Amino acid sequence: MTVAQETAPQSPMTQRPGAKGHTDSGAAFVPDQSRAERLTSYDVADFPVPGGREEDWRFTPVDRLGGLFQVEPTDESRLTFEVFAPQGVEIGEAKVGDPVFGSVLRPADRASAAAWAGAEKATLVTIPNEVELSESVRITMTGDRGSGQRPPRVNGHLIVDVGRFAKATVVLTHKGSAECATNVELRVGDGADLTFVTVQEWDDDAIHLAQNDALVGRDAKLKHVTVTLGGEIVRVCTNVRYSGPGGYANAIGVYFADAGQHQEHRLFVDHETPSCVSNVEYKGALQGDSAHTVWIGDVLIRATAEGTSTYELNRNLILTDGARADSVPNLEIETGEIIGAGHASATGRFDDEQLFYLESRGIPQDEARRLVVRGFFADIVNRIGVPEVQEHLMTAIDAELSLSIGPASV
Amino acid sequence: MATLEIRDLHVTVDTENGVKEILRGVDLTVKAGETHAIMGPNGSGKSTLAYSIAGHPKYTVTQGTVTLDGQDVLAMKVDQRARAGIFLAMQYPIEVPGVTVSNFLRTAKTAIDGEAPKLRLWVKQMKAAMAELRMDPDFADRNVNEGFSGGEKKRHEILQMELLHPKMAILDETDSGLDVDALKVVSEGVNRAAAGGDVGVLLITHYTRILRYIKPDFVHVFIEGRIVEEGGSELADRLEDEGYDRFVKVEA
Ligand SMILES: Nc1ncnc2c1ncn2[C@@H]1O[C@H](COP(=O)(O)OP(=O)(O)OP(=O)(O)O)[C@@H](O)[C@H]1O
Ligand SMILES: [Mg+2]
Repeated sequence: MTVAQETAPQSPMTQRPGAKGHTDSGAAFVPDQSRAERLTSYDVADFPVPGGREEDWRFTPVDRLGGLFQVEPTDESRLTFEVFAPQGVEIGEAKVGDPVFGSVLRPADRASAAAWAGAEKATLVTIPNEVELSESVRITMTGDRGSGQRPPRVNGHLIVDVGRFAKATVVLTHKGSAECATNVELRVGDGADLTFVTVQEWDDDAIHLAQNDALVGRDAKLKHVTVTLGGEIVRVCTNVRYSGPGGYANAIGVYFADAGQHQEHRLFVDHETPSCVSNVEYKGALQGDSAHTVWIGDVLIRATAEGTSTYELNRNLILTDGARADSVPNLEIETGEIIGAGHASATGRFDDEQLFYLESRGIPQDEARRLVVRGFFADIVNRIGVPEVQEHLMTAIDAELSLSIGPASV
Repeated sequence: MATLEIRDLHVTVDTENGVKEILRGVDLTVKAGETHAIMGPNGSGKSTLAYSIAGHPKYTVTQGTVTLDGQDVLAMKVDQRARAGIFLAMQYPIEVPGVTVSNFLRTAKTAIDGEAPKLRLWVKQMKAAMAELRMDPDFADRNVNEGFSGGEKKRHEILQMELLHPKMAILDETDSGLDVDALKVVSEGVNRAAAGGDVGVLLITHYTRILRYIKPDFVHVFIEGRIVEEGGSELADRLEDEGYDRFVKVEA
């Protein structure tokens, strides 16, 4: 494997990393079209097949997305769906016509609309009013390539409906191999508290396009956690809206891209309701030839959303040559009556001074690099608040690091 | 008994305007049990000397030698130098986000000793050392140097020195930014470490203040990249009264 080198030149398309990275506290990039005008529809025909020049597809390798722009049924025979349901939660199904079906999510791109059309039923996870779960709900989707030419096609639709003053943690894990498009609807009732974790730990040949929409109720709290480690192409679009004042949304993410992987995370927080808070923080590491990550952080504060407070941050650590991180924060503000709006985006390499400091205490360079990378992720990982996810993630990060740095010695 | 020998050391740094020579032939020998003070004006190259001995990649040695007990220090990587017994307390310690002090210290101790310290004993040792330096136990769980005040960073450097037991400790302006109480606490730490007589101390400083608490055996005046005068602790008193002007003029 390639060994990280901090002095070698960068590909011209890469965000220019400085030792400390670039922190942009000035005006964010504002595209021609307001985020508010972006089309949403349940009808696939409303979205032309993307060619790659569209604003929302310009970073994605659209030519490698297989059949995910077409409606196809799920290959049930090669999909395993496991649910661990602790006491207090209700697991069921929802169909078109049920009030909860589509009450939060409207497809915002063709892949989501195709998945919508391809999944007749949704898995419905209900946490009744005032119920506090003592354990996480765990849902695992595993695609089985088997002897197939291509991985199985999977259309996913999950609805998590958290009742008033209820509290729950739901962990959705994607494994194995699939060409998968998923829609996730998160309904966080008034005063409720939901932690939702989506883990993408696919095999190397998987393709996954996901749309997660959340509706955060009055005085409700949502923690949305994205962990992306595996898969050839993974794109997770997370959209947050509020249905009442006092809502708090914390969207955090950790990703680690290896050679040949494309990992894309698109966030859109739509502040239409007054006095809501959003906090978006994603951190990623990249290593290996043509590892590519994309982070888009759109925040729209509409004229009606007085008293909004928002902050978004994306940091990328490039561990080896040939990797590329795109990071685009985008803040649109239509009212001056806000509490705060900030964003920061930085892409950098190992900080020589940090490494020198650690090495000057006898710590070998590999070990020093490992400490720095673990430290880079630590603050976000520690905030996930789900111990089994945190432990698993740190182990996974160590395993990733052993590819570019060598196995841990201590 | 450890001996650090610096002979005719020339060091350059790459600047935007080309290569700049900073050290111009430094000669110095420090033996275990000795305390040497290096005093000199701003920009004379004191930190450059310290960094060059520790192996900072920014500095290029163009001439001369540095040996520790005859071993070629300049041929060693940064971590090897530390494991050979060289310790640098930095003028401006670096923040390492997400790495806790306790994790950092344990990793460093393990690297220096070649084996992990016995956990219970180690925790006791660490707590005791922190208490002696009047560091709140909470520091163990904080990230390395992150949000530390200037004085807290300096105490943290001395804490590391005490726990890692180097043969040669280079203290780069450890006294700057300390109030009188902190200066005493830090000086006591240095004196504790030096008390056994098996460590050499190279104390880089601007002011004579710290020399009231740490008695140097030798004082070296450092001007424009080299040592221009050497003497005993009385030289420090002269510098206090007269400043560096006399030497700077001689050089110019
Ligand atoms: N990267 C660099 N680029 C340009 N000049 C440098 C660089 N590093 C050091 N220097 C210069 O080398 C000289 C010596 O610096 P050094 O930090 O060693 O001085 P010092 O004696 O420690 O000063 P102080 O008392 O202020 O700590 C200074 O003139 C400094 O500006
Ligand atoms: Mg200095």
